[in-house]
Amino acid sequence: MTAKLDIRKLIVTFIMILIGIAFLMPFLWMISASFKVEKDVLTFPIQWIPQNWNAVENYKEVWTGSMPFLLLYWNSIKVTVLTTLVSCTISCLAAYGFAKINFKGRNFLFLIVLATFMIPPQTLLVTQFLLYRWVGLYDTHTGLILLNSFSVFGTFMLRQFYLGISNEIIESARMDGAGHFRIFTSIALPLVRPAIATYAILRFIWTWNDFQNPLIFLRSKELYTIQLGVQSFSDQHGSVYSLMMAASVSAIVPLLIIFIIGQKNVIEGIQLGGVKG
Amino acid sequence: MNSEVKVETKVIQTTKSKVRKKIKNGSPFSGWRENLAGYAFIGPMFIGTSILVLFPILSSFVLSFTDWNFVSGYQNAKFVGFENFSKLLTNPLFQKGLLNNVILILAVPITLLLSLSLAVIINKYVYLKDLFKVIYFMPFISSIVAVAVVFQVLFHPTKGPINQLLLKLGVENPPGWIADVTFALPSVILIMVWTGIGFNLIIYLAGLQNIPKELYEAAQIDGATAWLQFTKITIPLVSPTTFLLFVTGVISSFKVFDLIIVLTNGGPANSTITPVVYLYQQAFIELKTGYASAISLVMFVIILIITYIQFIGQKKWVNY
Repeated sequence: MTAKLDIRKLIVTFIMILIGIAFLMPFLWMISASFKVEKDVLTFPIQWIPQNWNAVENYKEVWTGSMPFLLLYWNSIKVTVLTTLVSCTISCLAAYGFAKINFKGRNFLFLIVLATFMIPPQTLLVTQFLLYRWVGLYDTHTGLILLNSFSVFGTFMLRQFYLGISNEIIESARMDGAGHFRIFTSIALPLVRPAIATYAILRFIWTWNDFQNPLIFLRSKELYTIQLGVQSFSDQHGSVYSLMMAASVSAIVPLLIIFIIGQKNVIEGIQLGGVKG
Repeated sequence: MNSEVKVETKVIQTTKSKVRKKIKNGSPFSGWRENLAGYAFIGPMFIGTSILVLFPILSSFVLSFTDWNFVSGYQNAKFVGFENFSKLLTNPLFQKGLLNNVILILAVPITLLLSLSLAVIINKYVYLKDLFKVIYFMPFISSIVAVAVVFQVLFHPTKGPINQLLLKLGVENPPGWIADVTFALPSVILIMVWTGIGFNLIIYLAGLQNIPKELYEAAQIDGATAWLQFTKITIPLVSPTTFLLFVTGVISSFKVFDLIIVLTNGGPANSTITPVVYLYQQAFIELKTGYASAISLVMFVIILIITYIQFIGQKKWVNY
């Protein structure tokens, strides 16, 4: 009985793997095309393994050419790492405050912060843009970092975890004379470390993939992030598909590797939050 | 070990009694010091949200009643009353955008159906569950810009691999995909489904864990087929998840921006324009600041209405 079930399960697994490969076909095609000489990109039947390799030349053009990905990478890493750090700090503090400090107006202020969550970000672009030009944050990385730093999602998610810490631990530390900052750093923070890791990975992915904010709030080419770079690269080389694919691979693959390493955290984080970026 | 535990419980008990004493006089810890600490902790978040969200919403409300181009300076803003709104609501391009957006919502039920089927299979009938989660999740975490660039080539009407395959399979006139006015929007939907499956699948898998196993066991004893179990147990019991995913799907369909800007830029012949793309064009290409603020507000109200419907719908349509 069990042996029979196992065979059925094996067959289903095999079929599902075939479907999975078909599902990932666009990625496989992209990677294969990025290694080819231009004239082989659109041959049919598709050469999944290139006959004429041109990988080094393609990637060299993408990484050091007119839209150098080396610079784009540096910009993206800078913006993404700083956004993640700032956003985690701000959300951690606010989440602790909303969960564990009994201050006046807490519920009301939390409600206001939560309510801003459903506002579609595009409806804020026009006035944020005006504000940024006015205070001089337009076309700066600082401005871009600030835009993604005040996350309602992060605050909400981390607050759920802080609520799980028993009040008795905190109250007894208060009895012993510890202030909230001390409790926050030495008791609360270590306890929610896994949740912070999850949020940090999510924030990293979302910021890395952000296209809309760089598009609106950056103008100088030397400040461009990867996503903006891919778009203007494909505008420049719109007919050289092998180069476009090498650029796309450069934009997608590093993040996929980070995801595969941290997949448990990412998937659990998404399930907990049930929210899209 | 034992004595340690005892000491700990004792400490907790004494703390508790102290706390209880304080509760009689009011909350154990409250007053100005507690308030100050609270404001210090939430301060950065609250100030940031106020400046970047609350202030922009309020000022776009004011701006939407003006005729103004931000390049010309504040003194040239002209009050025009409701003119922006009446122009907007009768604008054929905005109406087309709204209609397109309603069509884009079709991606949501398609994604839900595929994700639920995959989730049920992955949950019960396969080995290597984690591998499948990773496979289907990949498009969701990939850069939409790069994905759009790849699909631009895949969808190429004459030379693209998709149409070459269709020709090979004997399709005489394969669709022109993103170059064709009729097929551009379905192409966008196709990519939305492809990128959205991972997210929905992951949430469904979490939802499936909440269904008690005994129900399936009982059904099996009664001789119910797998299909009957799926329609009579699984579908009704994951309905809260379905509802949540449907609502977030509809709301995020109003936010589809990167994909359309890179894939088609609203074309060909405005066949893929949406209100958000129209907003972007009016605000940052035509530089009509006042008019664009009016679009923002109308979008805001639309999302508000959808959220409200969700709020009532939750009670009505969800089987617990």
